[in-house]
Amino acid sequence: MTTPAVSLQGASLSFGNRVLWHDLDLEINPGEFFAVLGPNGSGKTSFLRVLLGLQPLTHGSARINGSSVARGSRDIGYIPQQKSFVPGTPLRARDLVGLGLDGHRWGVRLNGRKHRRRVDELLDLVGAASYAEAPVGLLSGGEQQRLRAAQALATDPKVLLCDEPLLSLDLHHQQAVSALINTQCHEQNSAVVFVTHEINPIIDYVDRVLYLAGGQFRVGAPEDVMTTEVLSDMYNSHVEVIHNEGRIIVVGLPDATTHHHGGED
Amino acid sequence: MDLNEFMNAVFNFEDYSQLLPLVTNSLIAGAVLGLVGGLIGTFVMMRDLAFAVHGIAELSFAGAAFALLIGANVVFGSLLGSVVAAVILGVMGMRARDRNSIIGVIMPFGLGLGILFLSLYEGRSANKFGLLTGQIVSVDTVQLNVMLGCSLFVIVALLAIWRPLTFASADPDLAEARGVPVGKLAIGFMFLLGLAVALSIQIVGALLVLALVITPSAAALRVTASPRLVVGLSVIFALVSVVGGILLALGGRIPISPYVTTISFLIYLVCRLIGARRDKLGRTRRSASLDIAAVKVTAA
Repeated sequence: MTTPAVSLQGASLSFGNRVLWHDLDLEINPGEFFAVLGPNGSGKTSFLRVLLGLQPLTHGSARINGSSVARGSRDIGYIPQQKSFVPGTPLRARDLVGLGLDGHRWGVRLNGRKHRRRVDELLDLVGAASYAEAPVGLLSGGEQQRLRAAQALATDPKVLLCDEPLLSLDLHHQQAVSALINTQCHEQNSAVVFVTHEINPIIDYVDRVLYLAGGQFRVGAPEDVMTTEVLSDMYNSHVEVIHNEGRIIVVGLPDATTHHHGGED
Repeated sequence: MDLNEFMNAVFNFEDYSQLLPLVTNSLIAGAVLGLVGGLIGTFVMMRDLAFAVHGIAELSFAGAAFALLIGANVVFGSLLGSVVAAVILGVMGMRARDRNSIIGVIMPFGLGLGILFLSLYEGRSANKFGLLTGQIVSVDTVQLNVMLGCSLFVIVALLAIWRPLTFASADPDLAEARGVPVGKLAIGFMFLLGLAVALSIQIVGALLVLALVITPSAAALRVTASPRLVVGLSVIFALVSVVGGILLALGGRIPISPYVTTISFLIYLVCRLIGARRDKLGRTRRSASLDIAAVKVTAA
């Protein structure tokens, strides 16, 4: 039996008396593309922060590749939300990728040639070789996000954590970046945890989803979780889910981002 | 004062060979400070701390003025003031917005304290003025040793934290996820910055520290994005400004700082012009490689 890439046992997270999720048992296997969906404030990003070791659980335990979550784990690659660099940043594309490789080490870099070769490989991998020498501040959001992917892949991670990596990218770059992540998942056998509020750009790749809403969660294949019955139940109001030509359209989501528990319990 | 007198006051190279040995200490100190300013300036730019440098300098000035008043070592006074200010800013103002308002509050307080101490001081008035605007032959051997020791410490410490500090400055979210102690590095860096500012004050004075810590790096950033080149150029620019400034100031009878600030400003102007020209021609080398790809396609 293989060690699960990610495992949560009895995991709960709450801030004050606001419960994000409660008693979550979950195992994500190597090579599995796992999407985390839900409205704003449902705890999607907190879910990633738990796996990154930046956010302690209220109850339960979280393991990555068999050992407890810890900050700076080499088993994890992380692609954050796209955030532009200011034009004056003194880094070129290759320097940014290089930081992903050894930016956490003390001192100055001494093994120049080996480092450079590895950076070139990574740049090739994400199709960023043509702007390797360009200042990062002058690159487009999509180009920067490819570099993020290269950074995340630098340690050949067992688990790839992605926090809305497609946000603010145009369609072309969305497809390119998500295909890249899919390759790492299904060909290099990394587990991918992909936080997003929009499933359609990755719907062809997703194996299972975790849907968070209103302090509840559902885990399962997209076609089982993304249904009118399940989502209506979670949101506590009628939500219409339409499956059309391989796309999933959710209509009638409540506007409020926080969910108020009714008095029925 | 007519133009001739003005020129005579500003540039005067009579007796230059006799004067030069008097400033050997200052030249050494200046060269080392150029190195420190150029190195640390890159991070100041990346972390957007220009205003913080100014605030630290004013508290450093208050510390130095107090030392002068009670007859203590001025370098120590200035080090103490600036390190206290820098660490307070490091602890209290992690976010840029908080930080700026805290600096805005602390800076006039420091300057006011400094003026209070100076007005109580009854010694030579040149000493007073020197703290704000810099002085030239003021560096004695004891001071020089203190400055060299501190500078060496700052340089070694900066090299030790160079990579994680670059990572944390450019990309704090990812650095944190990778296990870089972003918060501790920020405070450690502020401590080093405090030392560097206090040292620079000894040469260019509290009001003009920015010319040594910011301008060279800002100039370097206009012409390149390669981290090594940025650091190399900003060290060279800072060195040229300080050492050149001291050498020019020797003949005239005005303080050293106008020379240093003018040289460093001119370097900045030239770099801006070069940068603007580059931007117009397309600085991202991407276009060049795309051209090559296009050529390959047509050739095939």
